[in-house]
Amino acid sequence: MKIIVCAKQVPDTTEVRIDPVKGTLIRDGVPSILNPDDANALEAALALKDEHPGTMVSVLSMGPPQADEMLRECIAMGADDAYLLSDRAFGGADTCATSTTIAAGIKKIGYADIILAGRQAIDGDTAQVGPQIARRLGIPSVTYVQKIVALKKGSVIVERQMEDGYEVLEVELPCLLTAVKELGQPRYMTIAGIMDAYAQPVTVWDHTDVALDPADCGLNASPTQVHRSFTPPAKGKGEMLKGSVAEMSSQLIERLKEKHVL
Amino acid sequence: MAVHVIQEKCKGCSICIKNCPFEAIALEDRLAVIKDACTGCGVCAEKCPFHAIERIEEKAEKGVDIASYHGVWVFAEQREGKLMQVAIELLGEGRKLADSIGTELCAILCGYQVEGLAADLIAYGADKVYLAQALELEHYTTDPYTKVIYDAIHTYRPEIVLLGATHIGRDLGPCLAVKCDTGLTADCTKLEIDPTDKKIMQTRPAFGGNLMATIVCPAHRPQMSTVRPGVMEKAVYDAGRSGQTIALEVELGKEDMRVKILDIVKALGETVSLTDAKIIVAGGMGLGKPEGFDLLRQLADKLGGTVASSRACVDAGWIDHSYQVGQTGTTVKPQIYFACGISGAIQHIAGMQGAEHIVAINKNEAAPIFEIADHGIVGDLYQVIPAIIEALG
Amino acid sequence: MYAYLEKKHEMVRKLVRQFAETELTSEILDKIEETHVYPEEILQKMADCGFFGVKVPRALGGQGADVRSYVVMGEEIARVSAVSCIWALTPNSLAGGPLLLSGTDEQKERYLRPILTGEKKVCFALTEPGAGSDAGSMVTTAVKDGGHYVLNGRKCFITMAPLADYAVVYAKTDKTKGTRGISAFIVDMTLPGVSTGKPENKMGVVGCATSDILLDDVRVHKSDLLGEEGKGFSNAMATLDVGRMGCAAMAVGVAQACLEEAIQYSKERRQFGHRLCDNQAIAFMLADMAVKVETGRLLVYQAAWLKDQGSKEATMAASMAKYHATEMCNEVAAKALQIHGGYGFMKEYKIERMYRDCRVFTIFEGTSQVQQMVISRALIK
Repeated sequence: MKIIVCAKQVPDTTEVRIDPVKGTLIRDGVPSILNPDDANALEAALALKDEHPGTMVSVLSMGPPQADEMLRECIAMGADDAYLLSDRAFGGADTCATSTTIAAGIKKIGYADIILAGRQAIDGDTAQVGPQIARRLGIPSVTYVQKIVALKKGSVIVERQMEDGYEVLEVELPCLLTAVKELGQPRYMTIAGIMDAYAQPVTVWDHTDVALDPADCGLNASPTQVHRSFTPPAKGKGEMLKGSVAEMSSQLIERLKEKHVL
Repeated sequence: MAVHVIQEKCKGCSICIKNCPFEAIALEDRLAVIKDACTGCGVCAEKCPFHAIERIEEKAEKGVDIASYHGVWVFAEQREGKLMQVAIELLGEGRKLADSIGTELCAILCGYQVEGLAADLIAYGADKVYLAQALELEHYTTDPYTKVIYDAIHTYRPEIVLLGATHIGRDLGPCLAVKCDTGLTADCTKLEIDPTDKKIMQTRPAFGGNLMATIVCPAHRPQMSTVRPGVMEKAVYDAGRSGQTIALEVELGKEDMRVKILDIVKALGETVSLTDAKIIVAGGMGLGKPEGFDLLRQLADKLGGTVASSRACVDAGWIDHSYQVGQTGTTVKPQIYFACGISGAIQHIAGMQGAEHIVAINKNEAAPIFEIADHGIVGDLYQVIPAIIEALG
Repeated sequence: MYAYLEKKHEMVRKLVRQFAETELTSEILDKIEETHVYPEEILQKMADCGFFGVKVPRALGGQGADVRSYVVMGEEIARVSAVSCIWALTPNSLAGGPLLLSGTDEQKERYLRPILTGEKKVCFALTEPGAGSDAGSMVTTAVKDGGHYVLNGRKCFITMAPLADYAVVYAKTDKTKGTRGISAFIVDMTLPGVSTGKPENKMGVVGCATSDILLDDVRVHKSDLLGEEGKGFSNAMATLDVGRMGCAAMAVGVAQACLEEAIQYSKERRQFGHRLCDNQAIAFMLADMAVKVETGRLLVYQAAWLKDQGSKEATMAASMAKYHATEMCNEVAAKALQIHGGYGFMKEYKIERMYRDCRVFTIFEGTSQVQQMVISRALIK
C-alpha cells in the first residue's frame, strides 16, 4: 500500500503573544513546528504501516526551503521519504491555489491508495486544503476523521467526527482523509530515524517539476485576496460592575447576551 | 495584491520583519526582501515608518463576468429534518447583506421529505427556497451535496454563498469552491458589503485568533464564506412572509456515491474536554473549600460548560489535575471564562488569556485577575454565583 | 548551533527535550522520590525511542548514531531528571559498553540486544569495599573448574544491582598479576550463590536502586567469559571512557536546569520592592553560572567529537570534561539554591532535588581526583 501524508510547517501559534502596548504579534523565539493535525495524520499513516508491512509512507509539503527540517522530522518518525514543493511562484497562495499545487505534487509522486492530511493548519485554520486536493484529484474525501476502523479491499471504513457524535463511513479507495486530534497521538521520532532522516535527501520540486504554469500557482491563481490584516484590539481592563449582588448578576447576564456570548 | 519594497526608501530598520505575521521578510544587504511566505496581507506596508513598502493591486487576468451573478444564497443545513441554528443566523446576516446590495436572499435546502422546512426558511426571510430532495440527500455526504448544489449554482448564478462553519459546512464549502473555481473564506466572524463596489468583505480570525484578516474575492463568483456558528444574529420568524419554492432536479449517478454511511452515532452527555469547552467556570483558593466546586458545577451545568481549577486547588487536593488551567495545566480558549476566587497569577493567566470573554468574581478588588477581565464583580462568590444562576432563570 | 554538532544532533536534542518535558512530569518525578521506584513504562518508551543503544550499530539492533548524539541525549534528559538520565545512559555505557567492546557475536545477540529493547537490565560490577578508585586491588576471584569459573567475592555500590537480570562482574583470574589478572564475566543474577544486599539509602538520584552483589561459589559457564582472560581491566577502563562523557553530559544538563530555575525564580521573587534579578549581585551570579555551564558543555561536545573522529585525545578530553562539568555542576547548583534562599531548602522546589542529585557526579565513574590523576599523569609523563 502507498500512503501520502500532506504536511505543513507552521509557527507554533500557542507561543505567539500580543504586545499589549503596541498591539503587534510578538514572534521572537516562536518555533516552527509540524502542524499538529498533520502530525495526527502522519501517525495514522505510520500506524497503518505498522499493521500492513510493506506500506510506503511519503510526506509532501509546500513551503519555503526551511520546511526541510520539518520533513526530516517526519522521516525520523518513520516516513519513508519526503517531498517539498518550494518555489517563489507558489508563494501567497490561498487554499484554492495551494490545493492545485499539492495535487500536482501528488500526481508527480504517482499513485496513492490513501492520502492523509490534517484537518486544518493552526496558522490559517481554514480546513479547506484537504478536501480541495481530493476534488482536484477527483477522488472521494472524508474530513474530520477520528478513527480508521478497518481497511478492506478497495475501501476503508472510518469514523467521521460530528459536533454531537460521529458517523461510520465506508469510502472507496483511493481517497483522501483529513485527521483530527483523536486519530492518533503522534509518536516520537527515534534516534535511528533521525540518522536516516539526514542520510537521505528531501526531494525539492519547483513549478516546472510538477508541470504547472506560474499563472496557475500562488498569488496569481488565488481567487481570494487579503484586503487588510490587523491585530484585534488589545484586551484592556474591562468594566467593573456596580450595585447589589443581584444587580451585578443581572447586568452581567445582559452584557454577555449583548455580546452574543450567551 | 502583492507587496513591493521600494529599495530607495528602505532604511533596513527591520520593523517590517518584526511585524510580519508570516515571517516572510528578510534583511539582505541591509534591505528588506519579501520572501515566498508572503501572503500580501500588507501589515508591513502599514508599519513601515519610511513608506518604503507598497501594496500593488494586481489585475485579475482570469476571472468571470461578475455582473451576471445575482443574489445572496444561504445553505440551509438540516440534520434529521431539523434546521440547524446556524442556518437561521445565516438568514439573519444574509438579509442584511442582500438589502445593502439590493438583491434577493435565497436558501438552498437539501434533504429527503424536508419540504416542510421551506416555509420556515421563507418565514425567516428567504425570498426563494431552492429545494433538492432525494433519498441520497437524507443525510449529508460530500459528493451528492456538492453535485446538487454546484448544479444549482451553475444554473442560477448567485453572487454570494454562505454556509455555516459546521463540520458539514466546512466539508461542503471547500468542495463547492473548487467545483465553481472560486474562492472560499473559512470561519468568518464578520461580513460587510463594500459600499463602493458591492463586494463582500469577509473578516476572520487567523493565527490562533492573534490576527484578524479581511478577505475579498474580487474576480471570481460566487463569493463564498463559511460563517462561525453563534456569531451572527438570528433572523426573526415571521409567518406572514411570502416567498417562492423552486424544486431542483436531482441527478445522481454511481460515481457520486463513493462514500456510504454505515452508522450514525450520537454521543451521550460526553464529558467536555477543557480545550474544547465553550464555557468554563473555574475556581481558585477563594472557594475556601473543595465543596465550592459543587457550586461552580451548578453554574457550569446551567450554561452547558465545564468546571476548571487553578493550580493551588489542585495542589490542595480539592480537584483532579486534569481540571487545571494554566502554564502547568491546560491552555483554554473558551467563549466565556468565569474566574471565581482566582487571584490571577501569571501562570494561570497564561493558560486562559485566550478566552473571548473573561468574567472575574473575587472578594479582593485589587486582585490582578480584574486587570484582564471584561467584567469584574467584587463580592463573595457564594452570594454572587447563586445570584447569577437565578438571573439566568 | 555548536561547531562540534551537526543538524542531526540538534534534532536529537529536540526529540529528547520533547520526550523529557512530556513524559517526566513533576508528578512522576515526585512519585519516584517518594517510592524510590522508577516506572517501567517510561523505560519502555525510552527504549522505543532508541535511547538505550545510541551508538550500537544497526545490525546489532542499535540506532547507529554517534557519541555526540549520546551526550546530547544525556544532557537533555538530565535537564529534566538526573535519575532518568542514569537510566537512559546506563544501557549505552556501563551495561552495553563491555558487551559491545568485548562480546562475541553470540554474546551480543544474547545479552546486548535485549538491553536495547528494554527487555533486560544489566549492571556493571567493578567497585568493591576495598577497591574503589584503585580497581587493581580487587579481591573477588574467579577460579577455573572444568567448563566453569567459580566466582567468590563482594561488589558494592552497584547501581541497579537489585533490578538487574545480568551483571558484568570483574574478578581476578590471576591474583599475582594486579590489573592484568582481572577478567570480565557475564553473570546471570538468578544463578545459585548470587545475591544482592539491601538497597542503599542514597542522598540523591533516588529511583535507581544501588546495592551490594554477593558472589558465593557462583559457577559461571566459560561461554560467559567476556573477552579474553586478563583483559577485563582494559575492558572496564574503555567502558568508563564513554561513561565519563555521559556523566559529564548529565552534569551539564543538571547545571543548565539549575541555571534556568535560578533565572526564573530571580525574576519572580520580589524583595525590597524589586525583583531579585534586579540586584547586581544576583545578576552577576547568573552571568557567572551561565559561563560555567557553557564551558562545561563545550568540553563535553569536544570530547564527544574527538571520540567520533576516533582520536586518541578523546580519553584525556573525556577526563577533563567529566572533571570540569561535574565540579561546575555542583558549584552552579549551590549558587542556584542560594538564589532561592530559604525556599531552595524546601523539597517543594526543584532546586532542592537537583542539588542532592548532582553531588554524586564528582564521585561516581571515576572521582574528580581520579580524573586529576589521569590528566596530570598525561601532562608530566
